[in-house]
Amino acid sequence: MKRADSANSSAASPLPVAPVAAKEACASCPVYRAANLKKLGVALDSWDYVVALAGNPNTGKSTVFNALTGLRQHTGNWPGKTVSRAEGGYAFDGKRFKLVDLPGTYSLLSTSLDEQIARDFILFGQPEVTVIVADATRLERNLNLVLQVLEITDRAVVCLNLLDEAKRHGITVDDRQLARDLGVPVVPASARFGQGLPELLQAISDVATGKLACRPRRLETEPAAIKPALADLVARLKAVYPDLPNPRWVALRLLGGDDSIVEALRSGQLATLQTLAAPQPAGTHG
Amino acid sequence: MDTAKRDSVTPQAQAILAAAQRWRQQIPGDLHEHIVEALYGQAARLTERAVSRPGHAARPTFDRTLDRILTSRVWGFPIMILLFAAMFWITIAGANVPSALIASVLIDYGHPWLKGLFGAVGAPWWLTGLVVDGMYLGTAWVVSVMLPPMAIFFPLFTLLEDFGYLPRVAFNLDRLFKASGAHGKQAMTTMMGFGCNAAGVVATRIIDSPRERLLAILTNNFALCNGRWPAQILIATVFLGALVPASLAGLVSAAAVTGVALLGVLLTFIVGWALSRTVLKGEVSTFSLELPPYRPPRLLQTLYTSLIDRTLFVLWRAVVFALPAGAVIWLVANVHVGGDSLAGHFIRVADPLGVFIGLNGVILLAYIIAIPANEIVIPTVLMLTVMVTGAPDMGAGAGVMFELESHEAVRQLLTAGGWTTLTAVNLMLFSLLHNPCSTTLYTIYKETRSAKWTAVAAFLPLMLGFLVCGLTAWIARLSSF
Repeated sequence: MKRADSANSSAASPLPVAPVAAKEACASCPVYRAANLKKLGVALDSWDYVVALAGNPNTGKSTVFNALTGLRQHTGNWPGKTVSRAEGGYAFDGKRFKLVDLPGTYSLLSTSLDEQIARDFILFGQPEVTVIVADATRLERNLNLVLQVLEITDRAVVCLNLLDEAKRHGITVDDRQLARDLGVPVVPASARFGQGLPELLQAISDVATGKLACRPRRLETEPAAIKPALADLVARLKAVYPDLPNPRWVALRLLGGDDSIVEALRSGQLATLQTLAAPQPAGTHG
Repeated sequence: MDTAKRDSVTPQAQAILAAAQRWRQQIPGDLHEHIVEALYGQAARLTERAVSRPGHAARPTFDRTLDRILTSRVWGFPIMILLFAAMFWITIAGANVPSALIASVLIDYGHPWLKGLFGAVGAPWWLTGLVVDGMYLGTAWVVSVMLPPMAIFFPLFTLLEDFGYLPRVAFNLDRLFKASGAHGKQAMTTMMGFGCNAAGVVATRIIDSPRERLLAILTNNFALCNGRWPAQILIATVFLGALVPASLAGLVSAAAVTGVALLGVLLTFIVGWALSRTVLKGEVSTFSLELPPYRPPRLLQTLYTSLIDRTLFVLWRAVVFALPAGAVIWLVANVHVGGDSLAGHFIRVADPLGVFIGLNGVILLAYIIAIPANEIVIPTVLMLTVMVTGAPDMGAGAGVMFELESHEAVRQLLTAGGWTTLTAVNLMLFSLLHNPCSTTLYTIYKETRSAKWTAVAAFLPLMLGFLVCGLTAWIARLSSF
């Protein structure tokens, strides 16, 4: 743990520092020019990047979605409101982004339909960026999901939402510490009041274009009982599918007997997954 | 395709699967638990490093006090019922004036004008009838009857939702759902059903267990959807409100509508209980329900989203269905076979059965025509009643839907059609207990992928409707009501 920390801080990593930079630097920053964000609603026939929006139920995913796309997905103050995917788009800095609002889930491990929809999209949809909206007032429970998403993809941005409520409850979250520990950008926000959205847009754009490379922290303490099994399977997977972005996660799911992953391996769908190392050229998805 | 895929499984993939299989048998204990434990441990460590809470910062006392009252064993239910009754009362009291206003514009002025226009260009009588008397009037009726109550009801409901009240309702109802053998999350899908049953059926995706999900789908229809609110509100106002002095009429009507809605919730439990002890046996799963903090609703945004998302969406759907239904109504009333219209034949045959269960043939035919959309039941009933009673002075001819000037006129017309207080009560009951609309049925089929369960979802409430209406009629006759 220590080693990773010092490595991160001493290298002055380009990582999470940019989006949470000091406020004064932002006045001249293009992010603040509203003209940069063009809400496209559903009028999107081609796009440069796909962005998935994941998170626990009732953390404000739909609010973020609406704020960015200009759509008016109904937002309700209760968990489980979005059970299917909603899609919309926006343009930022001359690039077109397709935003996919996934159902809110507490984990990606169980077999209920909403969790499967969310997981399958993050895995097979291969979004360039996955934004995980987390509730700052219930960070620990939200991190359970963040860590699971980071196991699947390393191109992620954490949107630390509901900071207004956290403040009301007397909770402060050190977002820079969190960003260092997670290895992905963490953007503090109060989406209901439009705070933090410019920074979020910039962070999404930076990760999508490859300007920011994420180095997510994977589970550091593998249970001793499964270590040899995991090592063996990862080695096998890497040998057959050298491009697989998340062999460790796939190995874990295979060990757990996850039917849809087993099926993806059988059908060859897994072989089509590739590490999105370089920025995607425009129009790949169009 | 599928077999081809299976044949093409590469030997490497086979080898990996086989290895995974071998390892799985060697791992001691539950792998899932190992992983979850590691995950939670790391989340806890990360949180500790990043979060600081000065002193003991619990939830603000306001939230806690409110929760203690709203989810209290004593006050939870009365407050819930009062809140919903108040919402219905505001809807009923507030919708009258705008409804009459829209009706006068669309029907008193719009209809003669359009008819004159068709006459001026020399359109044949049947075209004028089909388009102006059928499609236009049907749609105008739906708009004037549905728009005002929805424009009041939905924003109120959305305000309550944004405030964070719905999870508290779910919390209150959880004990009852558990006792009935259903999943506690069904409280949520039931709430959705109060808006639209098709949406409620889709919402059951939040329930993991297939057994409990099916229970939630089959009983969602007992949540009175917004297509049925206008009928409830109109009939309650016209017949039940008229039984008491004018000052109390609004309260009595609201109480009657609340009563029907509560009966629906009660039946959700009873039917759920019966199903989970017969064809859908199984354990109740546990789940954690999050009570989100109360959030002050933002008034303007609520108004905007509830108008766009709910009111206009539902209205649009109603109009889309009312257009062809208006044409069908006009046709069955005007196509004559063997000396009587199609509608006349059906009503004559169905009337004995209808009257036996405290309804009549007209109502049964209206419910068949209204399978695509519950919204058009009342206009259809009124139009067919005019035809049957032969009261041309009250309407505008056979198969022509119309807006009557006042509630009193609606009452007079229906009374002439043989309606009693019993018919009104039973119509409200039957409106709660009949097959779901075709959209909901299609959604149920899509979600369950089973024709059998879709059929159960259609016929179970219908049978219950016949049973409950028959029982009510029997009791009413015994007490010579």
